[in-house]
Amino acid sequence: MSNAALSQAGLPAGTDAGPGTKLLRAVAGRVVIAVPYLWLLLFFLIPFVIVFKISLSQTAIAMPPYVPVFDLSEGIFGLFASLRELSFENYLWLTEDALYFNAYLSSVMIAGASTFLTLLVGYPIAYGMARAPATLRPILLMLVILPFWTSFLIRVYAWIGILKPEGLLNQFLLAIGVIDQPLIIMNTHTAIFIGIVYSYLPFMVLPLYSALEKMDYSLIEAAQDLGCPPTSAFWKITFPLSLPGVVAGCLLVFIPAVGEFVIPDLLGGSQTLMIGKTLWNEFFANRDWPVSSAVAVILLLLLVVPIVLFQNAQARAQEQGR
Amino acid sequence: MNASLSRFNIVSIVLGFAFLYLPIVLLIIFSFNESRLVTVWGGFSTKWYVAMFQNQGLMDAAWVTARVAFISATVATVLGTMAALALTRYTRFRGRILFSGMVFAPLVMPEVITGLSLLLLFVSMGLDRGFLTVTLAHITFTMCFVAVVVQSRLITFDRSLEEAAMDLGATPVKTFFQVTLPVILPAIISGWMLAFTLSLDDLVIASFTSGPGATTLPMKIYSQVRLGVTPEINAVCTLLIAVVTVGVIAAAVVNKRREVQRQRDEQAAQRG
Repeated sequence: MSNAALSQAGLPAGTDAGPGTKLLRAVAGRVVIAVPYLWLLLFFLIPFVIVFKISLSQTAIAMPPYVPVFDLSEGIFGLFASLRELSFENYLWLTEDALYFNAYLSSVMIAGASTFLTLLVGYPIAYGMARAPATLRPILLMLVILPFWTSFLIRVYAWIGILKPEGLLNQFLLAIGVIDQPLIIMNTHTAIFIGIVYSYLPFMVLPLYSALEKMDYSLIEAAQDLGCPPTSAFWKITFPLSLPGVVAGCLLVFIPAVGEFVIPDLLGGSQTLMIGKTLWNEFFANRDWPVSSAVAVILLLLLVVPIVLFQNAQARAQEQGR
Repeated sequence: MNASLSRFNIVSIVLGFAFLYLPIVLLIIFSFNESRLVTVWGGFSTKWYVAMFQNQGLMDAAWVTARVAFISATVATVLGTMAALALTRYTRFRGRILFSGMVFAPLVMPEVITGLSLLLLFVSMGLDRGFLTVTLAHITFTMCFVAVVVQSRLITFDRSLEEAAMDLGATPVKTFFQVTLPVILPAIISGWMLAFTLSLDDLVIASFTSGPGATTLPMKIYSQVRLGVTPEINAVCTLLIAVVTVGVIAAAVVNKRREVQRQRDEQAAQRG
C-alpha cells in the first residue's frame, strides 16, 4: 500500500519497494505456494502412503475390509506393535499366483506394442501438419485436440458398434466382398490396440507436432541438394531432431496405457489380462482392499522410471521456455 | 521454408482425421436410428432422445455430474493457477522438486491408482463416500491439468509489464489483478474448461470415490454399456459431444477475438 500512497501524495514511487510492499509480496508468495502444496500433499502424496500401509495389512471381513496396521491413537507403542505385525503376505500372494505376474507382463507388452503403433500412426499425421501452410495449421491443431475433449468412455464405446461381429466394419467388408466371414476383432488384443491407438493419438501427435514444427526444413533441402535420398535424409535429420517429441509422446501414451481399465474392459472382453482391470476386479468384485493396494504399489514401482523420465522432460521443456 | 504438402502428407492427414472422426460421426448417426439395433439402419427417428429425457436415473446422474464438474473445475482453476504461479515465479523454495513432481505426476498417473489411493484416504479420514468425495477427487486430478495450461502461458509472459506497473506504484496484489490476470485469463479459461470436461468424462476415479446417491453420468453410461449397446446411450453421448464441442469452439472464437483486440490495442499504443 505504501507505494500507492506515496505516488498519490505526489512523491516519486521509486523502484525500491517499501517494507510494507515487500512484506505483502512475501506473504502472497507464501500463500501461492502453500495452498496448492498442502492440497497436493494431502490428496496426492498421503494417499500413496496409505495405499502402501494398507498393502501391508491383512484382509478382514469388515467395513473397511482390512485390519488396520497402525493406530495413531496408540502413539509410539502402537508403531512398534504394528511393525511387529507388518505382513508381506499380500506381496507373497502376488508372487505365488501367476495371474498377477502375467497381468503385469501382458499390460507392459500391450502398452508397449500400442505405443509403437500410435507412434507409427501419429508420426505421418504430425509431419503432415507441420508441413501444412501456416494458415491451415491452427485449424488442424484444433481438429486434433477436439476429440480429446469428448469423453474417453464415449470414444471407446463408439468402437464397440464398429468392431462387433455384426458391427459396421464387418457389414462394410462383407458388402464390398473383401471377406465372406465376419472378422472376430471384438474381445481380442487387436481391439485393445485399436482402442488405445485411437484414444491416445492426440497425446502422441501434439508433442510430435511441436517438435517437427520448430524444425528448420532448409536442412533437408540442403541434404537433398547434396545428393542425400529422402529416406536417409529422414532418418539422419528429421527423426533425430524430432526425438524429444517422440520421447514425450511415447511416455504420454505408455504410462497411462499400462494401467488402462476402460479399454481392456470394454473392448478386450473377459479373457484379457491387464493390471488395471485386475486391480479393479480385486477391489470391486473380490473386495480385497489389501491385495488391490499391493497391486497398485507394484504397478507404481513399475512406472517410477517412465514417470521420472517424463518429469525430467517436462522440467527441461520448462527451462527452455523460460 | 517452402511449406508445400506432398501427396503423402495430404493422404496421411486425411486418413488420420478420418480415423479420429469416423467413429464419432457413426455414433452420432446411429443415435437417430429408428431401430433398436445400433448397427442396422431403420430410418430416422428422435425417439431415443425422448426416451433419454424420460429416464429419471439418467437425468439425476447428469445433474450430479454437472454440479461436480462445475464446483471441481472452479476450485481446481484457483488451485491450479496458484500452482502455476508457484512453479514459474518462485524458482527457489524448499521442496520445489517434490512440488513440481506432485503437479506433473497426476497427468500420467493411471486412474486406477489415483482412484484407489483417494478412496483409501477418504475411508481413513472417516468421510462418507458421496458427492463431497468425488468433488475433492476431481479437484485434485484436474488442478494439475490447469496448472500445466496456465504455466505454459506464464512462461511466455513479459514480466517487464509487471515491473512497469509496480514502478508506477501499483501494489503486487493490484498488479496481479490488473496486469497479470488479464493477460493469462485466456489460459485460465481454457484450464477451467479442460478441468470441467475431464471431470465430466471421468469414470474410473468417480467409481472409486463416489458412493450411493452420487452416481455420475459416466458411471451410469458404463453400467448400461456393460449390458449392451443401445441407441439411447448413443443419444446421451451425442448430446454430451454437442455440449463439449459447442463450448470448445465458442471459447476458441472468444479467445481469437480477444487476441485480435489485444493486437489492435498494442498497435494503437505504439502509434501513441
